[in-house]
Amino acid sequence: MKRALIVLGAAALLAVAWTSAYGAETYKIGAIFSITGANAPLGVPEKDTVEMIVEQINKTGGINGHKLEAIVMDDAGDETKANLAAKKLIESDKVCAIVGPSLTGTSLAVAAGAQAARIPLISCAAGAVIVTPTKPYVFKTAQSDIHAVAKVLDYLKAHDLTRVAFLNVTNAFGKSGKDQMQKQSPRAGIRVIAWDEFGDKDTNMTAQLTRIRGKNPQAVVCWGTNPGPALVARDMKALKMKTPLIMSHGIANKKFIELAGDAADGVIFPAGRLIVVNEIARNEPQRKALLGYAAAFKKKYGRDPDTFGGHAWDAVMLVVRAMRKVGDDPAKIRDEVEKTRLVGISGVFAFSPTDHNGLGKDAFVMVQIKNGKWKMLT
Amino acid sequence: MDLASQLLQYLFAGITAGSIYAIIALGFTVVYNCTEVINFAQGEFVMLGAMVAAWSIITLHLPLPIAFLLAVAVTSVVGIGLGCVVIPPLKRASVVTLIIITIGGSILFRGLAMLILGQDALPMPQFSEGSVMVANAVIMPQSLWILGVGLACVVLLRLFYDKTMVGRAMRATACSKEGALTVGININRMVVISFALAGAIGAVAGVIVAPISLASFDMGTMLGLKGFCAAIFGGLGNFGGGILAGLMLGIIESFGAGYISSQYKDAIAFVLLLGILFFRPQGVLSGRKRE
Repeated sequence: MKRALIVLGAAALLAVAWTSAYGAETYKIGAIFSITGANAPLGVPEKDTVEMIVEQINKTGGINGHKLEAIVMDDAGDETKANLAAKKLIESDKVCAIVGPSLTGTSLAVAAGAQAARIPLISCAAGAVIVTPTKPYVFKTAQSDIHAVAKVLDYLKAHDLTRVAFLNVTNAFGKSGKDQMQKQSPRAGIRVIAWDEFGDKDTNMTAQLTRIRGKNPQAVVCWGTNPGPALVARDMKALKMKTPLIMSHGIANKKFIELAGDAADGVIFPAGRLIVVNEIARNEPQRKALLGYAAAFKKKYGRDPDTFGGHAWDAVMLVVRAMRKVGDDPAKIRDEVEKTRLVGISGVFAFSPTDHNGLGKDAFVMVQIKNGKWKMLT
Repeated sequence: MDLASQLLQYLFAGITAGSIYAIIALGFTVVYNCTEVINFAQGEFVMLGAMVAAWSIITLHLPLPIAFLLAVAVTSVVGIGLGCVVIPPLKRASVVTLIIITIGGSILFRGLAMLILGQDALPMPQFSEGSVMVANAVIMPQSLWILGVGLACVVLLRLFYDKTMVGRAMRATACSKEGALTVGININRMVVISFALAGAIGAVAGVIVAPISLASFDMGTMLGLKGFCAAIFGGLGNFGGGILAGLMLGIIESFGAGYISSQYKDAIAFVLLLGILFFRPQGVLSGRKRE
């Protein structure tokens, strides 16, 4: 009798182990975001968005009956941590796709590994360099800085601001923007008379701004993510510089306004339509998706969504749509994403084998901060 | 904008940053004089002052002066805590061990600040509006506050050491532990007081710099290291030297960023530190020899 019980117990254990190792029921995707550290304003809405979508999907029957699980990891903006997170997701959790990371630097760190392991990576970061040259398994949903710079140059030309100063953060995002400015400004007829940089953790840009002020530019273009640009705005105000200040899409969040205070007034930057969703024309193709996302996010979290959360929405929806068609095979998901046309939050996507970003400069509108609020410039 | 105004602008920015480094150097000096320990948590005292003040203004809606006092009080208590931890090993352990204890303290404080007060940068309002123009160069109002408060700090510290019983007891301890023990001074209490004082000084520096630099849980590292650099430059244990060195460091940094390269601004302080440690570890501005 005792032996029979033991055998039965062992068989039961084996059965449980067998089915969980098989894992056929739950679809697992991984997510790597900068949830802590200076870039938390990007990672937190991204994480919140992913969790919101997963909850919504599981409430309405999952993906073709399969439960969806998102394993979210924090890289704190650090490339080493991002790498470790990716390794764990791929080798230990065996996810079929990874959404994120939030930053250009961390995305570059993870891209090679994801490509080698043949797991689709859908980054939420802006650097064009992530998908140029195109790697078959690496995609991104954030608008590219190629298009952001193009949009800014259009604005400068339209307003006759042809002698400008360029100031960037010395991280991957800032350097990528500088690179694009160097490539595109001659063709656009804009002359950059001063190139200056500041460190990620710098607390005072007076020296750089004093030098820029000496060269008398018609506008200052500042390329970075918080908190640097907020300090630039504050320092410019303190130095009584009245020069128009144009920034990058890296400041398209409330945190910038909170940090810069009064100094944020008048700052102009390119952004996705989400932050000015109430000013979008009725016949805009993105309107429905934007309003839907904004309403759902506000209902669940009690605050407005922002651009970065939008990038995560696009990334997860790409994977989810692919999975609805082809299941959870990473190679098939990759092929499906590459064919997708998606009316998303960051823009209208049209992926192709040569374009793994799928967006153009019309994914942006120019926005100005007035009295702590965003106003779309037409 | 002509050369003179540009030079003046760099000078003002340099004096502003330099005053902060000078105050932080004071914190190092107070602890070193009493215990011969280099308190590497000094930068975190600055961070705690800034974070507590910014957080209490934003979340508790406290008026600025109250927030200032709260920040100084909280950080002094943290300083007392660190001082108490340092006392038992003080007699027996080597200086290196004690320094490592303070490094451990700094890591702990940084982690706690991140967990409790958050990882976002916090803004702080300027103390007053209205800048001053001198020959086309702008002096930000906060810079004047930094200079004024810094000066008040130095004067108060001087009065403390000269006129109060406790201050004189601390000076006695710094001169000779055995002598102090003989006349009945409680050394342990002196150690705790020196750490509390360092905490208060650090907090003051943090509150007055936060309107310019924003408060964040990781701001202490750089500031602490640069203040340490100033303290060494001026001769460890030398108050006047530390202040002068702090101001000089700020000015050199500002001109370096303006005329040489803005990318390597931080490197300037560290290159100086390395140079001093190699060639003149007793400090450039002190006359004494030191082991």
